[in-house]
Amino acid sequence: MPNMKPKIKIKDFNFYYGASQVLKRISMDIQPTHVTAIIGPSGCGKSTLLRCLNRMNDLIPSSRPEGKIEIDGQDINAPSIDVVDLRKRVGMVFQKPNPFPKSIFDNVAYGLRVNGIKDNRLIEKRVEASLKGSALWEEAKDRLKENALNLSGGQQQRLCVARALAIEPEVLLMDEPASALDPIATAKIEELIVELKKKYTIVIVTHNMQQAARISDSTAFLMQGDLVEYGKTSDIFTKPKQKMTEEYITGRFG
Amino acid sequence: MNEKSIKQVLGFWVLRLCMGFVALILVVVFYDIITKGAPAVTWTFLTQSPREGMTEGGIFPAIVGTFLVTMITAILAVPLGMGSAIYLNEYAPDNFMTRFIRMSIRNLSGVPSIVYGLFGVALFVEMCHFGTSIISAGCTLGLMTLPLTITASEEALKAVPRSYREGALALGATKWQSIRTNVLPYAIPGMLTGAILGLSRAAGETAPILFTGAAFFLPDLPNSLLSQFMALPYHLYIMSTQHHNITLVRPIAYGTALVLLMLIFLVNISAIILRYRLRQMKKE
Ligand SMILES: Nc1ncnc2c1ncn2[C@@H]1O[C@H](COP(=O)(O)OP(=O)(O)OP(=O)(O)O)[C@@H](O)[C@H]1O
Ligand SMILES: [Mg+2]
Repeated sequence: MPNMKPKIKIKDFNFYYGASQVLKRISMDIQPTHVTAIIGPSGCGKSTLLRCLNRMNDLIPSSRPEGKIEIDGQDINAPSIDVVDLRKRVGMVFQKPNPFPKSIFDNVAYGLRVNGIKDNRLIEKRVEASLKGSALWEEAKDRLKENALNLSGGQQQRLCVARALAIEPEVLLMDEPASALDPIATAKIEELIVELKKKYTIVIVTHNMQQAARISDSTAFLMQGDLVEYGKTSDIFTKPKQKMTEEYITGRFG
Repeated sequence: MNEKSIKQVLGFWVLRLCMGFVALILVVVFYDIITKGAPAVTWTFLTQSPREGMTEGGIFPAIVGTFLVTMITAILAVPLGMGSAIYLNEYAPDNFMTRFIRMSIRNLSGVPSIVYGLFGVALFVEMCHFGTSIISAGCTLGLMTLPLTITASEEALKAVPRSYREGALALGATKWQSIRTNVLPYAIPGMLTGAILGLSRAAGETAPILFTGAAFFLPDLPNSLLSQFMALPYHLYIMSTQHHNITLVRPIAYGTALVLLMLIFLVNISAIILRYRLRQMKKE
């Protein structure tokens, strides 16, 4: 790990859905201006971990966090934290694309408007920049008024990326943002991620080992709620310390 | 044909017969009311008061009465119902208390309407001193409709995917912002449809207005919300059971039934159109 002050500090973190524990004593530091990849077999808790970082799991009744997550040294589960403010700073692209049944434009503008931006010129500028950023502009620029539900699955995914970018968060959480994309769009999203990490802290969940290897600086390998191994991506992929990690990334299981 | 496809064809036919039977009943009822009622429904019938011991003239005061009472019902039941549903579905914690309240609401919608009538007498006529009046009857019908509008509104809210709420919250919307801009617009058509269907049921009720304000015969229109009133369903009830010469006024009774039916039809169709319009708007 490079010696920067971590942006996000996760310490002895447990998470429960009802009685079942899905994250077990996770401790990891996430560096700013870094891409951190989370990999692991389906159901191991990747999305859960990601959703804990912007407290999206608050919405799930009888779920319970335990332990500490700090962003910029602040405990995000502390009572003094305004969760609305937290979510402005920690943007999220969900695993399933969830465009709103509004126009493409209104989807991207949504976050700006709820955050009180009224200046239409500014909104238009940010919408365009965000759509360019997510490689959707060329396809969408002539149909901004069209309902976003008419977009293809991959286009919807890029729309959701654009929507998250528009509010310029400090941290961007992406849950498999390229799962429904063709190689060209995937390459564009990956380019974008590499570009974005200059300014943002990015945490990305991916099932694509090559993708993790290509774009991430650090990689965390989760299995059944345990953080098996966490380190520099180059180390994880060339000389993993744990046998399980090696087996997973070489595709021998999972 | 093999056994599987025989079963399928048989299954379809059974279902088709069920549908046909229901349709047949509807057709018979409509045919009866329309053929016997239509001759009575003239312009005079719609615009004049009953005359000659209610053996002639029209049903205008009853139309006005039903309209006014239904307005009061709407003012009470629609906002309250929607508000409670939003609270129950979006804010209330999922605990014993909420489940108990929800169950009570479901049960209330099964309470016979005559019981609401008695309750209305106690609460509005006597305790609130509204007397037997439009407002007492409207409020009684409002209470009766409330469980229906709450339940329908809650169903409409439930039909809005959770991802709309989550997506909005993840973009830094407050809970209220996410509900107002990303949930309600998609639930409103369903909520309104439920409300209108509830109201059209209320408009046709007799029992709850029987003791709370409906009058046997009033030649003049009500001059305030505290007046008694004539109402279509009650008028129909009188004309078919209480009148001194039932056979003579049969055509009037059928005419009243037809008008009531048409009004309710109109309301329901407007609900359908409204829902369709709102859906179209959403698609743009
Ligand atoms: N809302 C919930 N209520 C109860 N259990 C849940 C809920 N969401 C997830 N789980 C369970 O928690 C565990 C971790 O789920 P999670 O979605 O974090 O997995 P994941 O690693 O993202 O998997 P995938 O790669 O398939 O997306 C799973 O066993 C899942 O069944
Ligand atoms: Mg997941």
